[in-house]
Amino acid sequence: MSSKGKLAIYWAASCGGCEIAILALNEKILDVANAFDIVFCPCIMDTKVRDVERWPDQSIDVCLFNGGIRTSEQEYMAKLLRAKSKVLVAFGSCATEGCIPGLANLTNREEIFQAVYCENPSTDNPKHIVPQSQLRCDGYHLSLPVFYDTVRTLGQTVAVDYFLPGCPPEAPRIWDAVVAILEGKLPPAGSVIGTTTTCCDECPRTRSEKKIKAFKRPWQVIPDSSTCLLEQGLVCCGPATRAGCGARCPQVNSPCIGCYGPNEGVEDFGARLMTALASVIDSQDPEEIDRIIREGIPDPLGTFYRFSLAGSLLRRAALVPDAERHELPRPKAVAQA
Amino acid sequence: MTTQRISIDPITRLEGHGKIDIFLTPKGDVAEAYLQVPELRGFERFCVGRLAEDMPNLTSRICGVCPEAHHIASTKTLDALFHVDPPPTAKKLREMFYCIFFATDHTTHFYALGGPDFVMGPDAPPEQRNILGVIQKVGMEIAGKVLKMRRDGHNLIEMIGGRKVHPNWGLPGGVSRGITEEQRKEIETLGRDAIEFAKFSLQLFNDIVLGNREYVQLITSQAYTHRTYNMGTVDANNRVNFYDGLIRVVGPDGREHAKYPAKDYREYVAEHVEPWSYLKFPFLKRVGWKGFVDGEDSGLYKATPLSRLNAADGMATPLAQKEYERMYDVLGGKPVNHTLATHWARLIELLYAAERWVELATDPEITGTEYRVLPTATPDEGVGCVEAPRGTLTHHYWTDERGVLTRVNLIVGTTNNYAPINLSIKEAAKALIRKGTTVTEALLNKIEMAFRAYDPCLGCATHYLPGQMPLTVVLRAPDGQVLQTISRTGRHPVSG
Repeated sequence: MSSKGKLAIYWAASCGGCEIAILALNEKILDVANAFDIVFCPCIMDTKVRDVERWPDQSIDVCLFNGGIRTSEQEYMAKLLRAKSKVLVAFGSCATEGCIPGLANLTNREEIFQAVYCENPSTDNPKHIVPQSQLRCDGYHLSLPVFYDTVRTLGQTVAVDYFLPGCPPEAPRIWDAVVAILEGKLPPAGSVIGTTTTCCDECPRTRSEKKIKAFKRPWQVIPDSSTCLLEQGLVCCGPATRAGCGARCPQVNSPCIGCYGPNEGVEDFGARLMTALASVIDSQDPEEIDRIIREGIPDPLGTFYRFSLAGSLLRRAALVPDAERHELPRPKAVAQA
Repeated sequence: MTTQRISIDPITRLEGHGKIDIFLTPKGDVAEAYLQVPELRGFERFCVGRLAEDMPNLTSRICGVCPEAHHIASTKTLDALFHVDPPPTAKKLREMFYCIFFATDHTTHFYALGGPDFVMGPDAPPEQRNILGVIQKVGMEIAGKVLKMRRDGHNLIEMIGGRKVHPNWGLPGGVSRGITEEQRKEIETLGRDAIEFAKFSLQLFNDIVLGNREYVQLITSQAYTHRTYNMGTVDANNRVNFYDGLIRVVGPDGREHAKYPAKDYREYVAEHVEPWSYLKFPFLKRVGWKGFVDGEDSGLYKATPLSRLNAADGMATPLAQKEYERMYDVLGGKPVNHTLATHWARLIELLYAAERWVELATDPEITGTEYRVLPTATPDEGVGCVEAPRGTLTHHYWTDERGVLTRVNLIVGTTNNYAPINLSIKEAAKALIRKGTTVTEALLNKIEMAFRAYDPCLGCATHYLPGQMPLTVVLRAPDGQVLQTISRTGRHPVSG
């Protein structure tokens, strides 16, 4: 038996970008392969779940788990891999904080099914058929995993040892984590493996005192290429976001969207960003401040919790009986083409 | 009921993201086959309430394998939504970026995912039927070429769009940043390398696949032939275009069924729902949903590299056009309804993408500084389409006057092919499994090949990476007792 460490890589409710990010290690992939036997990784090899189920507990040294928990099957896999792994790493934004798919926590299973299968403008479904977790079809029994109301992070499902943020994590940061694991120089369990500065600290744009009278939408302004985007009135998530990407988006004139999650010591990304934005508003007049926010940030939830809703203090919109529900914007009636 | 079930549980590369059940009649013939997609995320619902300009970044998270397709489709949707026409430099930059992505993506599929079946042969042992086997057979040199192509592509995507995965670049009316002359030169140089790589890949296909009569017979065999409609985007001369044009649909006989601008998609396409899958089944509305059957009377259509070639009259670049003509010569004229020829079409598209990439990199306007105009009209509704590598991709948004989304519809690349993929699996299974057939690993691979030709990135609808499916097949008696278990590696004991 090889003395190399045993590595598992698994995906739950994710987009596949985390795997592509690992491939972007390029030739360093070979170093990973020299240090570890990859014992379970659905995208590159054919070990089966049945095999994993038979392994003794803690027989995997490190498991990199990406994706959030949206279905019963994903929950099962999270629990299985937790039991079988010595070190479980929440890899990427979905596993760490829910990411974009976690915005589904603003709604619920029923509303999603209605929107996708029944009210959808190109769907032809007069009988309002929706997928069933157990059914007989033409006499044959078929099943689907249960679709939950709520997207949960990996850490909300099982105990997680380390978190590697980013949508997706950038290759140099993945490599830093691999080196830390190999050299045994890991931070205390429960830590984020990453930097402790913000995206602003990596950003080459010049910053001075920020004073703005209005927030501008990205399509309303052509920013200059050297001044801080927030000073130019764009809602940039840099001040709340952990460094690690090299401030790539601001370098192509696009505001940071916060994909690297909250910086060290920040419990709630949205709260931190709100504080940062509030401090740059150049007004003492409550009415004017209210107008600046209302006009410049028409979707506060999507702006402040774009990547972090599921893992935030808010977690989700309240699940209440229909009669009491505070309605989200409903789809407009659209004439069928 | 005295049926038997074969569960092709894609327990590895597609683990948790797809599953095939084949049911046998009491006589042991194939009765039904279902490819189930066990996942949904609900973007169409939770994007409601978001800001329209966030959509290129939100929807790229539908698929991390082809985020560029969603990013660009979404950006084009914003153009329509805000009623703004991007300047020529912006359109050319977007199309160049998109061709770089296409070349990179098609390379991955051919060498790592689809190609090994042909290079190694469909009956080769599974442990050889992968990228490593290809390298061993064709030589180490090829590994360097493939890695370089992928690395170059991703580096340029990052240089232009900000990031290798999930770029942040598209805006209504243009893009957030243009390119410098220095960057242009690098893009051109690597584009010329990409053309050579594409030519090399076609030569490889020619030598290994077309030089082997058995492979050609396999491609043209009945098990892999489905007479469906074909869809693709064409330019003003009816030639293939990935970024923009009209959507053209041709019938199983090659005759034009429809040609329409993206915004009219709902007049031509509708989506059917089945209770056994989270993914919907698009079909041609004017023909109608007739179930999982092919032919002129069934609204099933394919949207794949081969479909795009079938739906067009030719390729817009010279080398790709020659290869286009050669393919139809060899396979007996248009349209080609042999699913496995999709691999060949993919390589012709790879060559076109590389040629178009260089054309645009050498266009005098590509380094222009007018890469954005600001929209001035009130946003209301917009549709945007591109050809994703795995099919025509449609985004459709409605907003209020502030540009806050009130409704979202998405018909995603692979989704177009969901019904034909089911049909292909069923037909291949029917042709290959009959009463008394011993189900072997090699036979399963041939069923799997029917699926793999589509390069089904159901990640676009579910999330799994496109890939080879290592299979486990379980034959069960009606009471659930396991009669026979076959797995690709053969190392799993039968267990009840």
